[in-house]
Amino acid sequence: MYAYVVRRLFVGVIMLIAMSLVTFVLFFASPIDPARYACGKNCSPELREQTRNALGYDKPVIVQWTDFLKGIVQGRDYPDDPELRAAAPELVTHCPAPCFGYSVVNTKTVNEEIKEAFPVSLSISVAAVVLWLFFGVLLGVMAAIRRGTIVDRGIVAAALVLYAFPSFFIGLFLLKFIAIKWELVDVPVYTTIAEGGIGGWLSSLLLPAVTLAMLYMAGYVRMTRAFVLESMTEDYVRTARAKGLRQNKVLVKHTMRAALTPLVTLIGLDFAGLMGGAIITETVFNYNGLGKLAYDANTTNDLPTIIGLVLLLGTFVILANIIVDMLYAVIDPRVRVG
Amino acid sequence: MAFLSVRDLKVHFPTVDGVVKATDGLSFELEKGRTLGIVGESGSGKSVSSSAILGLHRKTSAKVSGEILLDGTDLLTLSDEQMRRRRGKDVAMIFQDPLSAMHPYYSVGNQIAEAYRVHHDVSKRAAKARAVEMLDRVGIPQPDRRVDDYPHQFSGGMRQRAMIAMGLINNPSLLIADEPTTALDVTVQAQILDLLQDLQKEFESAVIIITHDLGVIAEMADEVLVMYAGRAVEYGSGNEILTHPEMPYTWGLLSSVPDVSGDTDARLIPIPGNPPSLLNPPSGCAFHPRCPHRDKVPGDLCFTTLPELAPGTRTETHLKRCHLTDPDAVYEREVLPEIAPDLVEESHS
Repeated sequence: MYAYVVRRLFVGVIMLIAMSLVTFVLFFASPIDPARYACGKNCSPELREQTRNALGYDKPVIVQWTDFLKGIVQGRDYPDDPELRAAAPELVTHCPAPCFGYSVVNTKTVNEEIKEAFPVSLSISVAAVVLWLFFGVLLGVMAAIRRGTIVDRGIVAAALVLYAFPSFFIGLFLLKFIAIKWELVDVPVYTTIAEGGIGGWLSSLLLPAVTLAMLYMAGYVRMTRAFVLESMTEDYVRTARAKGLRQNKVLVKHTMRAALTPLVTLIGLDFAGLMGGAIITETVFNYNGLGKLAYDANTTNDLPTIIGLVLLLGTFVILANIIVDMLYAVIDPRVRVG
Repeated sequence: MAFLSVRDLKVHFPTVDGVVKATDGLSFELEKGRTLGIVGESGSGKSVSSSAILGLHRKTSAKVSGEILLDGTDLLTLSDEQMRRRRGKDVAMIFQDPLSAMHPYYSVGNQIAEAYRVHHDVSKRAAKARAVEMLDRVGIPQPDRRVDDYPHQFSGGMRQRAMIAMGLINNPSLLIADEPTTALDVTVQAQILDLLQDLQKEFESAVIIITHDLGVIAEMADEVLVMYAGRAVEYGSGNEILTHPEMPYTWGLLSSVPDVSGDTDARLIPIPGNPPSLLNPPSGCAFHPRCPHRDKVPGDLCFTTLPELAPGTRTETHLKRCHLTDPDAVYEREVLPEIAPDLVEESHS
């Protein structure tokens, strides 16, 4: 088991390195010139070359990429150009290892950007996961038990309708009506636990989390229903009934346990994806999480931030996959090794 | 009255296309300590009927009618809760494929002990001890260690032994074994059948064994019920039916059994055609589209009239559902030479 995890982590690191290279190459393959963008509207060709130099965009892509990797191991000093650093030592920013780069647009290291935005995305994700898991699985199981009845049809239909609404619609709807027009809750502004205590933190997460949860919940209702229905037809569920077990016990111990495996996969991957930022929801509520950071970085051609976020999200997905695979072994004795 | 008495059992599944009559008027009786073999092709209603005895059909999908009298109580009149209390305790079932019939996520011991704890108010430890005892009884070596194994760590034969231990742990008076040996190796099959016979003697239970394997029937069954399209087509003592079958479908089953015992000239003759649709069963005798002997019946009786399950020409207890008036003569003249030529020669010399 231990060796297995180490092996998986090793492969994960190689994948991340490959991902960073692909992102570099794609970025420079695009027709947009990042130097021209950074230089602004009134830009002469000389000034543009100067900017390109200062940002280090004049070096070959592969050199920029190896510099980036070196920075992760050793740390880096910005700006890259030694002459510029010597000219204005008071403006030098030191970025200690592991350094993911320096965003000229935001005049911060990428590490700082992520450190600020990550708690916001993590909070929203955790709140949303708890909500959608609880309601999604509950409703899905209810629909499966009452298969074919009005309860089942109602739940499935409602899930389908919810699923069809895009998150910007649900988000804006909640913001406009629940918070602004009817004033049922305060207009959400992200509050850390340090600022507002647990209560303030939770209430600031309510609307964004509900927005996200609604979207995912719809899928989870249908998925849970399908998994439970499928495992209800298994021979071992019939065996459990033939023993004379109570219906609830058959459902919880035998049927649900089997439906757990595919659910765990979904949860792991969805949660990992969400931690990398919910772009639309964060933008609608103007929460400065990773999603909003990613959106802004893309509109301003902020390569260091983009790279940092791609690697962060990649790390989450890789870790989630490893954790999910380890959970399989916990759930299913057939997967256990050695 | 017999210990188990099934009368006019019907299991109908309403579907959008019509009613599927999986079991349509089945009656039989069984005493304690006796074994009834139910034989027939896939889809003839064997498993559906036995599931009905256990009350496993969901009321939302199946309509079960008739009477199932177990020790004088009609199981079909019991409430769901009353039936649940009997399930696994008075009536237990062993399923066909023990790998899929056991939950892959729980240890064998856990699943066996669970069957005991449902009906006995004992501690987990006591139930586990009882499970070890049963595993030992069904011949699992080192049961105190193997009790914590998972089903996938058992071999096929051991899994079926564990299933038997699970079925018998509450000492049921009626045991239903649904194709208990179909998924097993031939050598293991014989061991499992021996075990079932030993346990039946020990526990004095009534056993229903469902199979399509006439070899199993020959070994196990005191009485035999041949099913076709949801109905009994031949019913009598095992010896009678195996030596003097009176219904062309039973003849077909016998002809399609390979005989590996000697260098006979016997040919393996499959029954032509497929089992009929239970949604739109054939008119008259359900077997007539596949019956090679229907021309021997005058008129178009086979096509229009369902024959009664009635005594044939031999004994009062040997029932058959067929219009043939001289089935024994036809059997000896046309069927026996095909399936056991050496037997015929002996009787002529």
